[in-house]
Amino acid sequence: MRWGCLCLLLLAQTVLAAEGRDPLDSARWEDMRKHFFPGQSVVFDDRVKVTAPKFAEDSMNVPVLVDAEGLQDVREIVVFADFNPILKILEFYPEQAKPFLGFRFKLQQASPVRAAARTADGVWHVGGAWVDSAGGGCTAPGAGRAAGGWEKLLNEVNGRVWTEPDASRRIRVRVMHPMDTGLAPGIPAFYIERLVLKDEAGKAYLRLNTFEPVSENPIFTFVLPASARPSGMLMLSGVDNNGNQIAARLGP
Amino acid sequence: MKRILTLVVALTIASAVFAAAFDYGLNPRKIADGTYVLIGSTEDFSIANGGNIVNVAFIVTSAGVVVIDTGPSKRYGEQLRAAIRKVTDKPVVKVINTHFHPDHFLGNQAFADVGIAALPATIQGIQTMGGPFADNMYRLCGDWEAGTEPVVPSRTQGEGVEGIGDHSLEFLALAGHTDGDLAVFDRTTGVLFAGDLVFFDRAATTPNANVKVWLESLARLKALPYKQVVPGHGPVVDDARAIEQTRDYLTWLENTLQQAADRGQDMTEVMATPIPREFAAISLVHHEFSRSVTHLFPALEQRVLGARK
Repeated sequence: MRWGCLCLLLLAQTVLAAEGRDPLDSARWEDMRKHFFPGQSVVFDDRVKVTAPKFAEDSMNVPVLVDAEGLQDVREIVVFADFNPILKILEFYPEQAKPFLGFRFKLQQASPVRAAARTADGVWHVGGAWVDSAGGGCTAPGAGRAAGGWEKLLNEVNGRVWTEPDASRRIRVRVMHPMDTGLAPGIPAFYIERLVLKDEAGKAYLRLNTFEPVSENPIFTFVLPASARPSGMLMLSGVDNNGNQIAARLGP
Repeated sequence: MKRILTLVVALTIASAVFAAAFDYGLNPRKIADGTYVLIGSTEDFSIANGGNIVNVAFIVTSAGVVVIDTGPSKRYGEQLRAAIRKVTDKPVVKVINTHFHPDHFLGNQAFADVGIAALPATIQGIQTMGGPFADNMYRLCGDWEAGTEPVVPSRTQGEGVEGIGDHSLEFLALAGHTDGDLAVFDRTTGVLFAGDLVFFDRAATTPNANVKVWLESLARLKALPYKQVVPGHGPVVDDARAIEQTRDYLTWLENTLQQAADRGQDMTEVMATPIPREFAAISLVHHEFSRSVTHLFPALEQRVLGARK
């Protein structure tokens, strides 16, 4: 019996050693690993940079920047917060875009926010940052719900494309949407599920699956490298969980 | 080593006793004829400072005492009133709240019998936000806030000159730090009580700010024939330094955020902007700049993205 315990302990340590100690020292990390990456290989990697303020001044709008440009061949980036009531914030498939993404999310209490970047070899590279919070981001109704009139602007898109000196393109886009979590009393979950950026020839540059914790009227920052040469204008399309469509052209 | 240990133990006990008494140690300092200030620290709210990060003032006139702001808690208000009593036997005849932020009005309970005056926007702000502010202050400062309840000012203060005893006080209804910022210029002594329109060597806070309006208000204050300026936070000065520092910082803040929005920067990128050397020594400047990005950047970026709302 005692040997069995010891073996289990050693086994646990071996598993832990494979990815290293959680640099954020979160009590929830083991659960996160089991939930998001069962049976897959995971490493903590500071080439996945997650930038966020130390304290959430506005827990409904916590800005995060994920930058995994230090890695080659990033196929997917999953972003989640260990202590949020709904863990997953978004899944980003960079395709032709840089593995670089800015967005805002709702934070319920102090938590690590983590980005896991899957490279072509199937390994998940995890980076993250702690954000402290006074709380309440996920269970409070959004500002549009309080003010009313959100439905008039539903799925309206505002965006711009900047061409940088190195010929890369920076895209900033906002979609008007309540992004209700379903956790505020009497308001069912209502949120954007998918966004795709294409050019006029129909070629896709990036895909994004978004979940309830993404902030109301979400705003994103993407970067296309100079090598991505869209044909004509860039177009954002998507759909929310009620089937409402999103479609807009993005100009300079 | 043993001696150090003894000292540490003694200090720990002393500080525990000190904290248990919840004594702010308020010590009114006379800066002009009949004019006293209580200068708070330039830190953020904490259990260590009990929320005493604010400047409060009172003027002893021949007709009674005028109190400008009541501090961050019921205890502070009570201790302020006791401190006034030590200076004068005259009754408190007028109490104002310069604006609706919690460190300026949560001592109102101790002056409820006098009645408190404020601008209409301040009264409205305390009505809607007083409760949440008091809860948040309890979270930040703990038992220093025990028993603190928001008291909504019962009198509307307008713009204009009032003679109170031997002092002639000019009330200026301004805005910009919040929707209602009341400044008081004592024409008798030349002391300008600027409220949070002026910060000195402590970074300005912007959760309810309109920077353009704020800069207009500062221009108006700067034109007054003052001899001393009592900022809402930071030391008293006898020249334009405090007004100019606040003006210059806010101008830099606004320009920096606008340029970042025009370049298509994301909020976290803006937060990483280096602070210019001239502002580097201002207390909490990195912290407040980051907060200000959260407060002010969304409206600017939305305009750049061409949003209707």
